[in-house]
Amino acid sequence: MSPSIPLQEMIRAIRSARTQCEERGVIQRECAAIRAQFRQTDSGARSHNLAKLLYVHMLGYPAHFGQMECVRMIASPRYSEKRVGYLGAMMLLDEKQDASLLITNSIKNDLSHSNQYVQSLALCTLACMGSAEMCRDLAPEIDRLLRASNSYIKKKAALCAVHIVRKVHDLGELFAPAARSLLVEKNHGVLHGAVVLITELCERSTETLERFRKIVPDLVQIMKGLVISGYSPEHDVAGISDPFLQVRILRLLRILGRNNETASDAMNDLLAQVATNTDSTKTVGNAVLYETVLTVLDIKSESGLRVLAVNILGRFLLNNDRNIRYIAMTSLQKIVCTDHNAVQRHRGTIVDCLKDQDASVKRRALELSLALVSASNIRTMMKELLLFLSSCPPELKAHAASGIFNAAERYAPSQRWHIDTILHVLTTAGGDVRDETVPNLIQLITNTSELHCYTVHKLYRALLTDISQQSLVQVACWCIGEYGDLLLKGECQETEAAQVTEDDALDALETVLQSHMSSPATRGFALTATMKLSTRITDNVDRIRSIVSIYGSCLDVELQQRAVEYNALFKKYDHMRAAVLERMPVIEKNSMGHINGESAGETVKEIQTATVKKAEPLLQQQPANQVCDLLDLLGGSEEPLQPSPLQGSTAPGLSINTTSTAGGDLLDLLGGLEPTPLAPVTVYEKDGVTLTLHCEKQSDSGLTVTLTASNSTDSDISGFTLQAAVPKSVQLHMKAPSGDSLPARGAAKVTQMVVLNNPNKVSLKMRIRVSYTRQGSAFQDTVQVDSFPAL
Amino acid sequence: MIKFVLMVNRQGQTRLSRYYQPVELSRRAALEADVVRCCLSRRKEQCSFVEYKDFKLVYRQYAALYIVVAVTDAENELSVFELVHNFVEVLDKYFSRIMFNLDRVHVILDEMIQNGHIVETNKSRILAPLTALDKMADS
Repeated sequence: MSPSIPLQEMIRAIRSARTQCEERGVIQRECAAIRAQFRQTDSGARSHNLAKLLYVHMLGYPAHFGQMECVRMIASPRYSEKRVGYLGAMMLLDEKQDASLLITNSIKNDLSHSNQYVQSLALCTLACMGSAEMCRDLAPEIDRLLRASNSYIKKKAALCAVHIVRKVHDLGELFAPAARSLLVEKNHGVLHGAVVLITELCERSTETLERFRKIVPDLVQIMKGLVISGYSPEHDVAGISDPFLQVRILRLLRILGRNNETASDAMNDLLAQVATNTDSTKTVGNAVLYETVLTVLDIKSESGLRVLAVNILGRFLLNNDRNIRYIAMTSLQKIVCTDHNAVQRHRGTIVDCLKDQDASVKRRALELSLALVSASNIRTMMKELLLFLSSCPPELKAHAASGIFNAAERYAPSQRWHIDTILHVLTTAGGDVRDETVPNLIQLITNTSELHCYTVHKLYRALLTDISQQSLVQVACWCIGEYGDLLLKGECQETEAAQVTEDDALDALETVLQSHMSSPATRGFALTATMKLSTRITDNVDRIRSIVSIYGSCLDVELQQRAVEYNALFKKYDHMRAAVLERMPVIEKNSMGHINGESAGETVKEIQTATVKKAEPLLQQQPANQVCDLLDLLGGSEEPLQPSPLQGSTAPGLSINTTSTAGGDLLDLLGGLEPTPLAPVTVYEKDGVTLTLHCEKQSDSGLTVTLTASNSTDSDISGFTLQAAVPKSVQLHMKAPSGDSLPARGAAKVTQMVVLNNPNKVSLKMRIRVSYTRQGSAFQDTVQVDSFPAL
Repeated sequence: MIKFVLMVNRQGQTRLSRYYQPVELSRRAALEADVVRCCLSRRKEQCSFVEYKDFKLVYRQYAALYIVVAVTDAENELSVFELVHNFVEVLDKYFSRIMFNLDRVHVILDEMIQNGHIVETNKSRILAPLTALDKMADS
């Protein structure tokens, strides 16, 4: 048996072990020695052995064989052994171990020991690992100690009471009066303990909270004493009397003042005093100020005080110590929603913090900046944010990009600025933006028809410089395809035009097609764009034809399908090509593929249905099965049309209901169908929009319904669409509406005719969905018509 | 409340650990290693507060020793920052005369922090029981 070595030497031996293996060897030897020593009943060095065991335990090695030794040592009369025994109990035992039951008795005895240090050991251990039964057993004892003992014991008893209350909630009642009486003590340790106990009691139950509201004046008194008292050698840290106690009291005041007017009023003066008098040159002072600010912002304080609090936070932001800047940011973030104006005043400093070195400060600054963007400061803020985006750490890029998009969408001062901003973001952080950015941007571009020329030029130039950012390339391809003629025309008011020939444009698109950096979706965009150019350019149609036929045998199935279909368009349906590939109509936000119930942007289907419109001016609105029915009228489709989710190359969901371009002129064929005015029934009236319905029987089972809409508000309505659904056996055909905008005050109306065929004579019901845009926001509503006047 | 206190050296070896919320033995080593890695990898310009999982770490470096205190979200970080410094000052005062002894450090820590809350911050009051203990041990 190797001789046991003192703790220090063992520590030295372990530290000098060069490898893990060596260390384990040393420890195993020591543990064996300790175990042997434990087995001996009498040994003078028991405490040393247990101490060594605790050290070993701290390093992570198993030490459960020491538990019984702990129990034995706790029962020993010698203080040094008791001390180590209790320490061992705190570290090795918890309430799940059986051995912990054995020390209950020892603790009970020691609580009434004559030596206060022994009492404190027992209190300490009970507070650390006391189980619920032990707590219940010993609670009266603790209460007695809280009332009548010296201050050293009182403060420990207070914290022991905290543990008891946590374990056994009901005992909170027992300690409340004692806690109250402790507040008059002078000793700061006891005060501190009392405040912690009261905080715990208040957090546990609301009735205790109500009762303790009465002590707010006492707390205010104590705080005043601390703040004004000046230098106190006993409880002083860098010139501030007992900052820890101050912080604790402030926190309790916060809990008591929350949602309560009277309590908050009582604290107002004190908080103002603390805020102004505390010296903020040292960190301690700032700690107290921080707690004060948190309290002020949480209770029902008066506005002057709140402004003072926000100003303190603003001062923190200018502090050299980054810790203080960080917590200022965190607090400002919590209040930016409620005290928006106050925080706006410090916007400059916050924006400066975007350039801070520390990553957490940067993240906070970004979130705060995004929250502070408003219509008035959008331009300056965006400049800063874009600058930040180019230099920010990668983990923040996605968040920053989406934040910028949101802000731009809400507060864009002009369309051109909006488009510029989005383009800037795509060039700097294109890889991190979300997928829906592409369709959003495309929709935005189509909406600003006056900027088409400018946009396409800009995008073309961007495409030439860099084809690695997929989102940017997709948008650029789409634009070139769509507005290629504007690009080739070579003149533009907004930006200097580059002299782009047809070959250049086709070269650019081909580069995208062939580059290995392009994703399959991007290549799909490029191919469709190439195809669209075939109607926009005059000379190089053959080149396009050859490109398209090459890709007819491409390995990528998606590209191959498109290429084959386009080939067919060249060969068999050349007469339709111009109509099929003409300009896209303006897309509305609402019709992103949801209304038609199809997945976003099923290009070829849309093209086919557009050709259907040539054949018959019929517009359908409900899902795919109706489309297929109509397609049969074409004599079958040339390729099996699986619903391929073509990635929005023509941008989501051609809103078939509102195309006035393709179907419009053909409706003249329908010419003579005027609705005979029968008693019009108002079926829908809300927000100034009125919808009336006329019915006219055409035949035994046929019925023509005319829906008329008018707008009586003061603002124009655009993008007005109607959709209708009827019971299954009834056939419904919706004709093209007369328009889609309702000017204000009923200046014009929109009419739409619906032809119904009810062969089975079921009871006719119709559900109509109304969607429109007014003042930039979209509205949608549904109304059910259960009875038709003509029937 | 305070969840745990750690003292580690620059190589990441634990010199002292005290848990105020039960954490299983098997998970302690991994937790300590992770926390230490978090703190040691920070540069000088970064602030001393780290958000780690669902609580916060406050750390301070003294020469070759790092003291890390984990606190719940509701705590005032600056206050804990000061507490760490207070603790070091107490240690300094005590161990300037006596050789460093680990169980004494535990006693001091127990006098200062109990059950996750601050008990006493006054240096002489903290050291009073220890000096009494020393006198008892000598006599």
